[in-house]
Amino acid sequence: MAHAAHADHADHEHHGPPKGFIQRWVMTTNHKDIGTLYMVFAGLMFFIGGAMALVIRAELFQPGLQFVDPQFFNSMTTAHALMMVFGAVMPAWVGVANWMIPLQIGAPDMALPRMNNFSFWILPFAFLLLISTLFVPGGSPAGGWTLYPPLTLQGGDALPMAIFAVHMMGISSIMGAINVIVTLMNMRAPGVTLLRMPLFCWTWLITAYLLILVMPVLAGAVTMLLTDHFFGTTFFSAAGGGDPVLYQHIFWFFGHPEVYILILPAFGVVSEIIPTFSRKPLFGYESMVYATASIGFLSFIVWAHHMFTVGMPLAGQLFFMLTTMMIAVPTGVKVFNWSATMWKGSISFEPPMLFAICFLFLFTIGGFSGLMLAITPADFQYHDTYFVVAHFHYVLVPGAIFAIMAGVYYWLPKWTGHMYNMTLAKWHFWMSTIFVNVLFFPQHFLGLAGMPRRIPDYSTQFAEWNMVSSIGAFGFGVSQLMFPIAIWQCVKGGARAADKVWEGAHGLEWELPSPAPYHTWESPPSMAQIEHGAPAH
Amino acid sequence: MNPSRNESTAHRNLALKLGMVALGAFGFGFALVPLYDVLCAVTGYGDRSQLTRAAEERPTSVDTSRLVTVEFIANLPTVGSWDFKPEVRSMQVQPGRLYEAKFLAGNRTGHSTWAQAVPDVSPSKATAYFRKTDCFCFTPQHFDINESRDMSVRFFVDPQLPKQVERITLAYTFYDTPAPVARR
Repeated sequence: MAHAAHADHADHEHHGPPKGFIQRWVMTTNHKDIGTLYMVFAGLMFFIGGAMALVIRAELFQPGLQFVDPQFFNSMTTAHALMMVFGAVMPAWVGVANWMIPLQIGAPDMALPRMNNFSFWILPFAFLLLISTLFVPGGSPAGGWTLYPPLTLQGGDALPMAIFAVHMMGISSIMGAINVIVTLMNMRAPGVTLLRMPLFCWTWLITAYLLILVMPVLAGAVTMLLTDHFFGTTFFSAAGGGDPVLYQHIFWFFGHPEVYILILPAFGVVSEIIPTFSRKPLFGYESMVYATASIGFLSFIVWAHHMFTVGMPLAGQLFFMLTTMMIAVPTGVKVFNWSATMWKGSISFEPPMLFAICFLFLFTIGGFSGLMLAITPADFQYHDTYFVVAHFHYVLVPGAIFAIMAGVYYWLPKWTGHMYNMTLAKWHFWMSTIFVNVLFFPQHFLGLAGMPRRIPDYSTQFAEWNMVSSIGAFGFGVSQLMFPIAIWQCVKGGARAADKVWEGAHGLEWELPSPAPYHTWESPPSMAQIEHGAPAH
Repeated sequence: MNPSRNESTAHRNLALKLGMVALGAFGFGFALVPLYDVLCAVTGYGDRSQLTRAAEERPTSVDTSRLVTVEFIANLPTVGSWDFKPEVRSMQVQPGRLYEAKFLAGNRTGHSTWAQAVPDVSPSKATAYFRKTDCFCFTPQHFDINESRDMSVRFFVDPQLPKQVERITLAYTFYDTPAPVARR
């Protein structure tokens, strides 16, 4: 079978992609096509999830109930989170990984191309199932994306559909992760040693291990919900001796590494962009690798900081508080390394660099509010308030999503062979940066003043900042329309991109022509190319 | 053997190993259930066996130097089908003395049925010092249609209770059995 695949592959070697939409996109095993599919899908989910966020912010524009009933409001917060985490950010990173990892390590494709196709094509069905819960009796799940029992178990017909959707997303990302690890371990071109891999590959390698270790735990947790609801088990039902707090432990054992799954690839992308536009090698390459690995390890032993208020022993509170704060050390190493890379560099401010610098500042703000939340006694005040909402949106929007945008603006000319409209991209950047702060910064104040999360109405004392935040939300939402326009224009045409798009860039992907041909690195890169492209350290 | 076959064997082997790791992680999720019980039993926090078992020892000496407030809470998983409330909201108790508290329950489900109260004590570090010698929560209770009655719990607070604990909350959640809470 593998042999046949190889022969078939050889047939196409010097031809382009197969003709016909189905053959090209549905049956493809080409890592670039699958990468594109993932990213287009992620973009679609980003706009659907974003529309849900605008429903939330429209309702919160003024106190009182205006547009939607509370049940639907809670459905929106739940679905928005599930779509953005599992539908937008994770597939976007898998898409970038599909495109870039083989190019960066001198491999002709991903190691398991058929599985690659399968893991993508599960996703549209998973999300179709999830979105269709909006139309079933009882409405879509409204108990929050964490699906805590007993509230979640009281949902209607949507519960099993949402759980099967989560199962499918999990299977997809586990297969994607296995593919990344096998590719990185087995398919590096001769001479590309582990410590010569670009940081995007390194951070993805660690991300993939996190995925394999925690996605199945989530699958187990939601399976237990399913059997509790339909088969009379009592894992979480106190009536039969179960404990709902146990669900929280299992969920967050998945949930905390999950947040690093969303952000580690962002660290990788930023670690490539900042040296390029500072025209200096990355400061402390190896310490970046070790810092990423430390963050990956620590992410497994901090989960209960999400549940300080459940009534935990003092020793537990201290342990989880201190380990959580410890994560600031390797993260601090990274922030210092990025700053040191820029120090005395000859910096230019192309769109990828703008997004990367903005990432650096705003992600750090999100990190600091995370440290505040790590302080157990303070967390009792902040828990389940808008302060938490502000914190995780700062690390996810100007964190993970800005890094995805930075990566797209960085590699888009390599993908399409054209330069994009720099003016439009800069407008996109500035509008996004201004509005993201208008949107999320006031939520810190709201949270500190005591406004709870996941409530469609609020006391009038919170009215002003909610109005500001909603204005920011609509500004941010409209600004994002510039992103697909810039990408579409770049796909259709534009100035020819050089092979090495950015003069300060290093990496094997820049040794290839632009646009990257349908098949690349059929013969492995030469030692000279590797030396030329290797991250200097 | 040609190199591509060799290569794809290597891919398959690694992929299978990683698949096993993923399966193991799936099992680990389920293993957390008994591990959690063990952890609770070892630390004594949220130890359910303590809560649903009659204390064998009886109080020997009364600590007259302090008073502890014991509060009573009655919960229902779903509203409407039962009446359930404590007779008094709280009591001042002396550690080491035996007390009795009553909870009033009424069956509004429209049929005769069994119900089970599940107890909880807060703060959790007080769990080990709150002893019940007799409790309606030890066994399922039968109720006829529209039957209402008092149910009693006899308890004492162990004089060893740490000094900083001044207030203990005893909460019951009253479930229809055998149907678990999720069934509607």
